[in-house]
Amino acid sequence: MPTQLLAVRGISKSFPGVQALRDVQFELDRGEVLALVGENGAGKSSLMKILSGIYTKDSGSITLEGAEVDIDSPKTAQSLGISIIHQEMNLMPHLTIAQNIYIGREPRGGVFLRERALNRKTTELLERLGIALDPREVVGNLTVAKQQMVEIAKALSFDAKVLIMDEPTSALTDAETETLFRLIEGLKQRGTGIIYISHRMEELRRIADRVTVLRDGQYIGSLGRHELDVATIIEMMVGRHLEEGARPGADRARGDVVLRVQGLSTRHLLDDVSFELRRGEILGFAGLMGAGRTEVARAIIGADPVESGTVQINGRTVRISQPADAVRQGVGYLSEDRKLLGLLLEQDVNSNILLASLRDYTDALGFVHTAKGKQKSREYVKSLRIKTPSIASTTKNLSGGNQQKVVIAKWLARDCDILIFDEPTRGIDVGAKEEIYRLLNDLVAQGKSIIMISSELPEVLRLSHRIVVMANGRITGVLENEDASQAKIMDHATRMGVEKEYSSR
Amino acid sequence: MNASPITETPAEVKNPEPQKSGGALSFLRTQLQQSLAFATLVVLLVFFSFASNNFFTWSNISGILLSTAVIGILALGTTFVIITGGIDLSIGTGMTLAAVMTGIFLVNLQLPLLVGVVGGIATGALMGFVNGVNIAILKLPPFIATLAMMLIAQGLALVISGVRPIYFSGVAGFKDIALGTLVPGLPNAVLILFLLAVVAYLMLSKTILGRYTFAIGSNEEASRLSGVNTRTWKILIYTVAGVFTGIAGVVIAARLDSAQPQLGVGYELQAIAAVIIGGTSLLGGRGSIMGTVIGALIMSVLINGLRIMSIQTEWQNVVVGLVILVAVFTDSLRQRRSTS
Repeated sequence: MPTQLLAVRGISKSFPGVQALRDVQFELDRGEVLALVGENGAGKSSLMKILSGIYTKDSGSITLEGAEVDIDSPKTAQSLGISIIHQEMNLMPHLTIAQNIYIGREPRGGVFLRERALNRKTTELLERLGIALDPREVVGNLTVAKQQMVEIAKALSFDAKVLIMDEPTSALTDAETETLFRLIEGLKQRGTGIIYISHRMEELRRIADRVTVLRDGQYIGSLGRHELDVATIIEMMVGRHLEEGARPGADRARGDVVLRVQGLSTRHLLDDVSFELRRGEILGFAGLMGAGRTEVARAIIGADPVESGTVQINGRTVRISQPADAVRQGVGYLSEDRKLLGLLLEQDVNSNILLASLRDYTDALGFVHTAKGKQKSREYVKSLRIKTPSIASTTKNLSGGNQQKVVIAKWLARDCDILIFDEPTRGIDVGAKEEIYRLLNDLVAQGKSIIMISSELPEVLRLSHRIVVMANGRITGVLENEDASQAKIMDHATRMGVEKEYSSR
Repeated sequence: MNASPITETPAEVKNPEPQKSGGALSFLRTQLQQSLAFATLVVLLVFFSFASNNFFTWSNISGILLSTAVIGILALGTTFVIITGGIDLSIGTGMTLAAVMTGIFLVNLQLPLLVGVVGGIATGALMGFVNGVNIAILKLPPFIATLAMMLIAQGLALVISGVRPIYFSGVAGFKDIALGTLVPGLPNAVLILFLLAVVAYLMLSKTILGRYTFAIGSNEEASRLSGVNTRTWKILIYTVAGVFTGIAGVVIAARLDSAQPQLGVGYELQAIAAVIIGGTSLLGGRGSIMGTVIGALIMSVLINGLRIMSIQTEWQNVVVGLVILVAVFTDSLRQRRSTS
């Protein structure tokens, strides 16, 4: 039997306006764990979606066990023996383990389900995999790790030859991760090929037989088991490109501290987060997905409950238990998900701009004086150059960049001094990005202070005066812009373990 | 020859900033449901006028308006709730409880007229407040919270009244609240409906409460993150609905000159139907007071017209049900078109 299980060559895929993948290749042997790494947006997910039939490729070939295959739907992928375990669980919490695994393929006698046969089948499957779980247990009662086991069992119940795991350990404890690794070891021995997507460098050294690196939708290279070296991998991931471009200089005067966060912790993720934001500063927040950057923002503005920690604004400790309190203190949050959390899509531009400051236009009886408010809205549409037919246009019909400007206008109208931008340029085309960058620089020049959460390292480096790097709910580094590089940031961003290195200033 | 006044265009007509056709179209589209409802109302009026000579008479029209009053007042309050994306099922039996409490205050306790009326309205407001707290603070789904309140109000109305009607025959002036005619020929109940409609219109379209009602219905979380204290406003909005429920309770008690503890179930569904027919979206974020008034009128014109044409009560229900289906269907068609 040949050792090569899967070979992918010359895969390209484009979406309107974006080349997601360009001429990507990799190989997977039987009984091998191939780790696929790359920054956020490097194309890992798109590639896996092509393999599992969710997307169709524009060009390139996929060879499975020596024969070229055409994966045109998730169903085809499944019947070919390619199974994917998504980052977010796809289980039905109210059904049992057995019902979940064989959903849509239940053993039946006429119109009746044969529950006992179903459970027997599941028991056999779980035993074969060495997973100690009761098939009749309801999935919702299981820990995340055990639910993951169920996902794996489900994937393998299709006789998967290739198993794709997308960040399987992101929600697991160390002990649970250990169990997962043992399971993977068992699968390897039975000849299953595993494509393993992870950001955790120490994990890769532990279980990967080979690492393939993607960057900006392109294949960068592969490293064999003996060449695996974290520094090399990170260098391949970030490359040497994009370091150019204007970066904020070190010569500017330091303003007062406007926001001081100390010992911020939440029940699920954040662990003793402390940092300072100065007047007229853009403080970048870098980190991989799930590092806890958005959670810090939400905790500061009181959108999520906090376990412990204090927030000081202009030197005074403030109690913020809900977003309305934060707004009163002059802290505005611009969500990464504009459509879901930032805008009233069905309402007009005017209503959106005035949403946070409506009280300024309201008299003692509660009547809103629209003329003044509309005047203000028009001013912002003009000064931020929001492209909209009129302030009465429905916000839904604006482009992403202009929607973002509407959100910015909302907080400017409220006269917030501290603005937290969460992925300010996500889903915005290149030209509009430049405009948003200029806007951010203008704002700090006017004395506002900005926290900018971004997954795009070039963006972080270009705009931030200082950069806070997070991993796994903790701050792993605070870098001055002139000391920072993409490689340095990635290094801090992948420090998932217990080693607590804190290189501030 | 002097300039012909006919060909001369007055300066005001020349719009300095011509409205883009897209803007006008989208404006039309948002008004479509409401204008459809209005057209429906006109068609019904014309149809019934031809179908029966007794329909388009002042006494019948005034009867229609009187029968619209109670459902209309309930519908006005519940319009706010539905625009937030919520629902209030407790308005029917809540109205009954408010009527019974008015009876207790005025008949059993012999309190002054004004105190009794305010007490009845306060009963409604209190129920609305409790609904609001249950929904905004305890995070109960509006359907469940107000279903529970519906049963509680029904039970309390029966217990407090001893399952017997309370008659207001001894209370001077009470009946006039609904049946007196401050405007000759027009029952006061109708006057109250119109006044409340104006108040509700002003609240919904001119006040901060109205703005936030739409904001919460459009995107509650985005509103919260923008610093809108959504909990407080939701409590307030349900309380407003409760005030309208209380007023409906006083009006129906005055109209019947008695508080009927068995009454009230089914009123909430008619009121909700009126709101929906008037183009307010059950999904929240969209709706109007004008639409609700038209919706309530459609309901009573339909029922009155069918009755005048001697169509059996059972069939009247079938027809009303069909009208609701058609109204909601055209609404969902419109929504599908606007999202595609």
